[in-house]
Amino acid sequence: MTPDQTALQVRGLTKRFDRLAVDALDLTVRKGEFYALLGPNGAGKTTTLRMVAGLLRPDSGFVSILGIDALNDPVAAKQITAWVSDEPMIYDKLTPLEYLEFVAGLWGIDPAIAELSARELLASLGLEPNLHERCEGFSKGMRQKVALAGALIHDPRLIILDEPLTGLDAVSARHVKGLLGERVRAGCTVIMTTHILEVAERVADRIGVIASGRLVAEGTLAELRQQNGRNDTSLEDMFIALVDSEAVAA
Amino acid sequence: MNSAALTWFARHEIRLAWREWLAMMTGGRRGRKRVAIVGIVILAAIMHLPAYAVIGRFADLQAPLDKSALIVITATIFLAWALMLSQAIESVTRVFYARSDLDLIMSSPVKLANVFSVRLGAIALSVTVMALFFATPFIDVLVFGGGVRWFAALGVVVAIGLTAAAVAIAVTIGLFRMIGPRRTRLAAQILAAIIGAGFVIALQVAAILSYGTLSRFAVLTSDAAAAFAPEADSLLWLPAHAVLGDGEALLLLLTFGLLLLGSVMAGFSARFADTAIRASASSAPAHLGWRKRPFRAASRQQALRRKEFLLLRRDPWLMSQSLMQLLYLVPPALLLWRSFSDSSTAIVLITPVVVMAAGQLAGGLAWLTISGEDAPDFMATAPLPLSRAIRAKIEVVLLVIGVLFAPLVLALAFASLPQAAITALGVAVATISATAIQLWFRVQARRSQFRRRQTSSRLATFAEALSSIGWAGTAALALAMPAVAVTSGVMTLILLGGTWKLSPRRE
Repeated sequence: MTPDQTALQVRGLTKRFDRLAVDALDLTVRKGEFYALLGPNGAGKTTTLRMVAGLLRPDSGFVSILGIDALNDPVAAKQITAWVSDEPMIYDKLTPLEYLEFVAGLWGIDPAIAELSARELLASLGLEPNLHERCEGFSKGMRQKVALAGALIHDPRLIILDEPLTGLDAVSARHVKGLLGERVRAGCTVIMTTHILEVAERVADRIGVIASGRLVAEGTLAELRQQNGRNDTSLEDMFIALVDSEAVAA
Repeated sequence: MNSAALTWFARHEIRLAWREWLAMMTGGRRGRKRVAIVGIVILAAIMHLPAYAVIGRFADLQAPLDKSALIVITATIFLAWALMLSQAIESVTRVFYARSDLDLIMSSPVKLANVFSVRLGAIALSVTVMALFFATPFIDVLVFGGGVRWFAALGVVVAIGLTAAAVAIAVTIGLFRMIGPRRTRLAAQILAAIIGAGFVIALQVAAILSYGTLSRFAVLTSDAAAAFAPEADSLLWLPAHAVLGDGEALLLLLTFGLLLLGSVMAGFSARFADTAIRASASSAPAHLGWRKRPFRAASRQQALRRKEFLLLRRDPWLMSQSLMQLLYLVPPALLLWRSFSDSSTAIVLITPVVVMAAGQLAGGLAWLTISGEDAPDFMATAPLPLSRAIRAKIEVVLLVIGVLFAPLVLALAFASLPQAAITALGVAVATISATAIQLWFRVQARRSQFRRRQTSSRLATFAEALSSIGWAGTAALALAMPAVAVTSGVMTLILLGGTWKLSPRRE
């Protein structure tokens, strides 16, 4: 893969808290790819993505986002990146439109374009009736949608999502998957962690499995099956087998 | 719910209150329990010194008292009662809006009226215990100097604690009934602040209008007050007689307190349940935004400042935290207005009050904007350096303080230009110092934790208070004794330097 085909390149990424959370991780995600990062609880998925998004300083390693050294030039990297966490943190006292206006201001987007995008995004996520209501009364799913709209309004080229479907109902989850799919088709790269293996199986171009802070398997679903030696096995079975063998090895 | 279950629930409430209080004292750090207890004991011991300075000379006071003494004692008890009432109104309001266990309680097979009567009792207990903590050093001083008869004052504290809790419950539930749950939160905060500060301010206002001084004792000890007051056998003096050791008066007062609280609990516990349900149902309000208008062009700094202004304006608890500080500015403002026409030296008193208020208010606002960031992850992913985001937040604090205090300083300029200049400088320095302390000790917290901001660092809390006092003193001395003001200013700077040295290292 040539550098201009790479959306995210991670080399030797390491982070230690009271124990080693991410262990010299190497990861490459192509441009325009929907990449699902799977792993058991505490495997290091969120820590990895938080380091990529600039929320956490790694102990060592290298992170490049679309050719930008994210550790040395974080502002430039953040300009083209979006982050959505599983616990949507938005301002209770702002309305969705006010929140998106604030986000647009931070990313320096033309207000006329931003307002149009904001209304479209919120409408596509089913929040049109709530445009002028403060977020304090919103359900977790609604807050997640507002956070997602905030992440998409500046038209990022790399979207990083940590468990974005948590708390969403089936219809909303389909909306979100559809929206992300559209972005990928438009050339954007999406990296997502999820515990819902069916989602990874259905939407991801490639899947990475992380355990004990290391990437233990990676590839398309077919490649993973091939690596596992069985063509008829489900992602769930493969995942459990991989995680179990890693646990035994540890 | 049988009596055993009620007892169990009461124990549960007391345990929760104890743990919450302990967490407040220890900043939520378990290892600090012993340090916190030692600290409280030391604080309680130290409090005996100011208590002795304030009240020591009254230890020999014996009945019968003249009217003037009765007025001062009764007014002091009433002031304590007003402060307790203010605190109790805030506690009761918070119980309604804290959803933490309401769902669990309401879904359980218990009689809600019984459960809530226990909860009301717990509020009364916590208000009374807190009042006892602050009153005990004063009572100790009186007992040491005047004998055990002063222990009766403890009973008076309990009695007024019970009545304050009872009135607070009735008032808050009344507000819910009258204006609905959405408006009650704000109304109750305003009421609590006015009640807490109102009595002292009213005395000061009367003193300014009648005697041209800020001293509240000027009114209480005046001949006019004595002439207006009822005779010595009036029921109004019952608390004063009880404090002096009159057993009969104390018994009456305690009985009245218990009866009042009992009646309120019996009458309102069922309504408390209804009110709690209504309050929790209204926790998803369909508040509309400011107005429907197009997105505005803004630099990143402007976008950040706008967001901070909007959040400050909409903060539901900011009112209760800052209104009292602002209310205390009313008497100096009035004194200023009164002193325009003459050359009264009393006007000098305005400067330290204004500087102190600016420092305290700036500390609260700085915590809200710097530490109380509800979306820290989002801010960390924004394409601008953290330093610029923090700069925008600091600008907001300075602007708010500037807007609030500029009219006072401007008015002062008409009376005395040098004093206005010194006051402006004092306000600026006190604001910058308080903001700097909040910046050095910043922690990641939610805005809703504003009330507990002191728990994150005792050092920051004390440093902020001492810095405000230091700059207020320096400003006052600059007007009266400029040479001494230099020493006071240097001492405050040393305090700030020491605080900075002890602050956590930041990346």
